Amino acid sequence: MFDDFFIRALFAGIGIAFVTGPLGCFVVWRRLSYFGDTLAHSALLGVTMAYTLDLNIAISVFLISSVIALILIQLQKKTNLPGDALLGLLAHSSLAVGLVVIGFLTFIRFDIMGLLFGDILAVTTDDLLIIWTGGAVILLVLKLIWKPLFASTVNYELAEAEGLNPDRAKAIFTILMAAVIAISIKMVGLLLITGMLIIPAAMARNISDSPQKMVIFSIIGGLLSVVLGLYSSLEFNTSSGPSIIAASLVLFILSLFKIKQSIKLKN
Amino acid sequence: MSSENSTLVKLNNAGFKQNDKWLVEGVSLTVEKGKIVTLIGPNGSGKSTTAKIALGIYKNIEGSVEKYTNKVGYVPQKISIDWTLPLRVYDFMLLTENIKDEAIEEALTLTGVIHLKNKNLGNLSGGEFQRVLIARAISKKPELLVLDEPVQGVDYTGEIALYELIKRISDTLNCGILLISHDLHTVMTATDHVVCLNGHVCCSGSPMDVAKNNEYKTLFGEQASQILSVYEHKHDHVHSDEGEIKKN
Repeated sequence: MFDDFFIRALFAGIGIAFVTGPLGCFVVWRRLSYFGDTLAHSALLGVTMAYTLDLNIAISVFLISSVIALILIQLQKKTNLPGDALLGLLAHSSLAVGLVVIGFLTFIRFDIMGLLFGDILAVTTDDLLIIWTGGAVILLVLKLIWKPLFASTVNYELAEAEGLNPDRAKAIFTILMAAVIAISIKMVGLLLITGMLIIPAAMARNISDSPQKMVIFSIIGGLLSVVLGLYSSLEFNTSSGPSIIAASLVLFILSLFKIKQSIKLKN
Repeated sequence: MSSENSTLVKLNNAGFKQNDKWLVEGVSLTVEKGKIVTLIGPNGSGKSTTAKIALGIYKNIEGSVEKYTNKVGYVPQKISIDWTLPLRVYDFMLLTENIKDEAIEEALTLTGVIHLKNKNLGNLSGGEFQRVLIARAISKKPELLVLDEPVQGVDYTGEIALYELIKRISDTLNCGILLISHDLHTVMTATDHVVCLNGHVCCSGSPMDVAKNNEYKTLFGEQASQILSVYEHKHDHVHSDEGEIKKN
């Protein structure tokens, strides 16, 4: 069944959507979209490391993104630079270093477009295994830290005062972010991963009145985007990443009509 | 646990410094089960800081805090909630602990906001939100309640009812309460122990002792002396406008 590249891609995308849905909600709630971008850009370094040391791409990307996240936390403590400047510094320098390293690796042929925008042809059965087991672990851990993470998202001091240890939850969440980027890089591409996290969650925000509903709608939105995006990618021979993100944009635009309706009802 | 079993939280000469400026220093106090300890003092005197020290929110403090309970309910003075979150009153009640629906409804009924249960938190008025905050803190049946100006923005009749509720909770749940309040009348009638702050502990003791204290009268003026009778005694220091301590 997984012999067909399209079926593989479809299952990979579905697995990713289940994980990006809930994580994306936290990215929106905690205003972490640029943080997600930074980790995604640093993934290029991870990919080059995978090729040079002959490692699995997802594992290599996960390691490098985690290291970048740790460096960011240290820089935030030790410098007076604002957070967005530090994020920009790390995002662009790691992207630049990654591209320079690729230039040196003349003995390997890189599909740069595939790295940046995703390539459904590249998904192997091994990747499927990593996406589904990795995804299951990510969701399980997220479930375990949900209470402290959500409480501190609403109000840090309440969570801390009532004994929930929000700092630990935040650190674990950072690692989960690195992990979700690692498993989705082949499919969506490193320039568009953050879109996969944010756009379905933003769409879900427009049509939800409780956090649980927003998570569920975010997952549904992600699944629809993957299915619609992959079919149009096949149909129009476009890269998989942009097709999936474009599909999620269409869903987001549709969700705006729901807002208009509720505003009308209020008036 | 503690040597005295009724102690919930104990501050020993605690203080907190931010950007080289002491927000509060040298505070010692104990909150015990079934007792209400009230912090009073002018703006910027370190009341909220003291509460946060007691709660363990500040990490790098001077002195020490001994906390003997993890069942804590907290009503902060300021709370900024980000409206990128779709959050109903009901979801907010479950924020830090999974509480049974009956307990949620009971708490919301006690504070008079049961009709708001499914409303979006962002659409509440200041007073309504304050009642929800109190309901959330009491619904988890805490051993220690920390209430930082819990009735701000609540209408006058509601204010009295809520203070009565707080007193009743302290009795029925046998929980200790650390209360910050500007309402001196309430402080003086419903409190077991008063700590008067002004960057440090000016005076503390039973409401009667504190009311008799000169420094308390200097801080709170006429209003305070009307509440309880005047009792004169000498002090070894006065405060400048900046709150600096000057020896006599």
